[in-house]
Amino acid sequence: MAPQLENSIAARTGVDPMVPELYCIQRLRHETDDTFTIELSPTNGRGGFSFLPGQFNMIYVFGAGEVPISISSDPQNSKTFEHTTRIVGAVTRSMGHLKKGDSLGVRGPYGTHWPVEEAEGRDVIIVTGGIGLAPLRPALYYLMAHREKYHKIVLLYGARTPEDILYRRELERWRSKFDLEIQVTVDRGTRGWRGNVGVVTTMIGRSPFDSTNAIAMACGPEVMMRFAVMEFQRRGLSSGDIYLSMERNMKCAIGFCGHCQYGPAFICKDGPVFRFDRIEPIFGKAEI
Amino acid sequence: MVQTLEGIVSEHAFFKGLDERYIKLVAGCAKNVRFDEGQIIFREGDAADEFYFIREGLVAVELMIPQRGFTTLQTVGEGDVLGWSWLMPPYRWRFGARTLQPTRALAFDGKCLRNKCEEDHDLGYELLKRFTFVVTERLEATRLQLLDLYGAPA
Repeated sequence: MAPQLENSIAARTGVDPMVPELYCIQRLRHETDDTFTIELSPTNGRGGFSFLPGQFNMIYVFGAGEVPISISSDPQNSKTFEHTTRIVGAVTRSMGHLKKGDSLGVRGPYGTHWPVEEAEGRDVIIVTGGIGLAPLRPALYYLMAHREKYHKIVLLYGARTPEDILYRRELERWRSKFDLEIQVTVDRGTRGWRGNVGVVTTMIGRSPFDSTNAIAMACGPEVMMRFAVMEFQRRGLSSGDIYLSMERNMKCAIGFCGHCQYGPAFICKDGPVFRFDRIEPIFGKAEI
Repeated sequence: MVQTLEGIVSEHAFFKGLDERYIKLVAGCAKNVRFDEGQIIFREGDAADEFYFIREGLVAVELMIPQRGFTTLQTVGEGDVLGWSWLMPPYRWRFGARTLQPTRALAFDGKCLRNKCEEDHDLGYELLKRFTFVVTERLEATRLQLLDLYGAPA
């Protein structure tokens, strides 16, 4: 079955989805102690790269292996794209040692996207924690570029400590525009931190969005998202207004291998972004 | 238009659904207060005779740790309740509170409310239900903080 499906995708798109293409590192920037961002561009004068906010690529680090990583850059920039990742294993550790000019293999983009078009004419509430901000960053770029199409946009972001806050300068720049409400909180305040301390989900209750006309997007540790969903629902959002980015161990990225099976769905091709009512019966179930 | 204390109390989510006569009783124990940035609202160990509804601003709930100094455990902001040590003996603050921003709040006289709750147990039950909700929320949040969810995977 698998080869047939593979052939059909290849026949439809003209691209073998299992074969990575070469991309060149333009820049590697350390965001925090254990996270970094790489900026990539196509090699050999190939055309640009387009993706939708929330999608991911399979990144192949030669000699180390392949990992799925969300795209974290502005979807309107088709010349280069970025991935922000945390160093969690051999592949990401090797990736963190690469330099400008080094090459990587890239397959993608894959997966579903954040509902930025469905959100038009509504308030948008984004709740994220830790590295979960990276997959939502393209959606924020998109929303800011089409600001007039949305009502209130609220970003609630939780980090472990002030030193772990991602994209700090960008957050400050966006906040200074006054048309994006940004609240940042940390689990542990350190000396000099004069902002919020506490769990990000507790900020949903007092967040200034109209729950009768809002769409929610959340990405972060699954436990955080469970509590976020409870708070969204307490505010009156329906399950159809809530979108979550789920995570499981993805390998093939095209629904062949089954590593990322999540109940009846595969995270790689049916997700990673799910409307909550599609996964509600299995969400938070320990067996799944 | 200047809003009355009764009006402010009745509109606060914490008192949603509370009988009007109790709103009057509770408002009778309340006053408006303001704090400058960096001002101490209460200190750990002091008598806990008040609690607060934060109307505007940001307050750090903190603990003095030797060799580390004052450490913020949590912040509370607009719409939040600050303080429940006034409810339980020995009526002493377990933690301190200091403003991080200029803060406006309603301060409630805990002694006054305790007496009214003793006289009318229905009021006492209504208040305890509401404070239990706040305490439960804080406990859940503390448990999540302890999980260190954003730390490196094990």
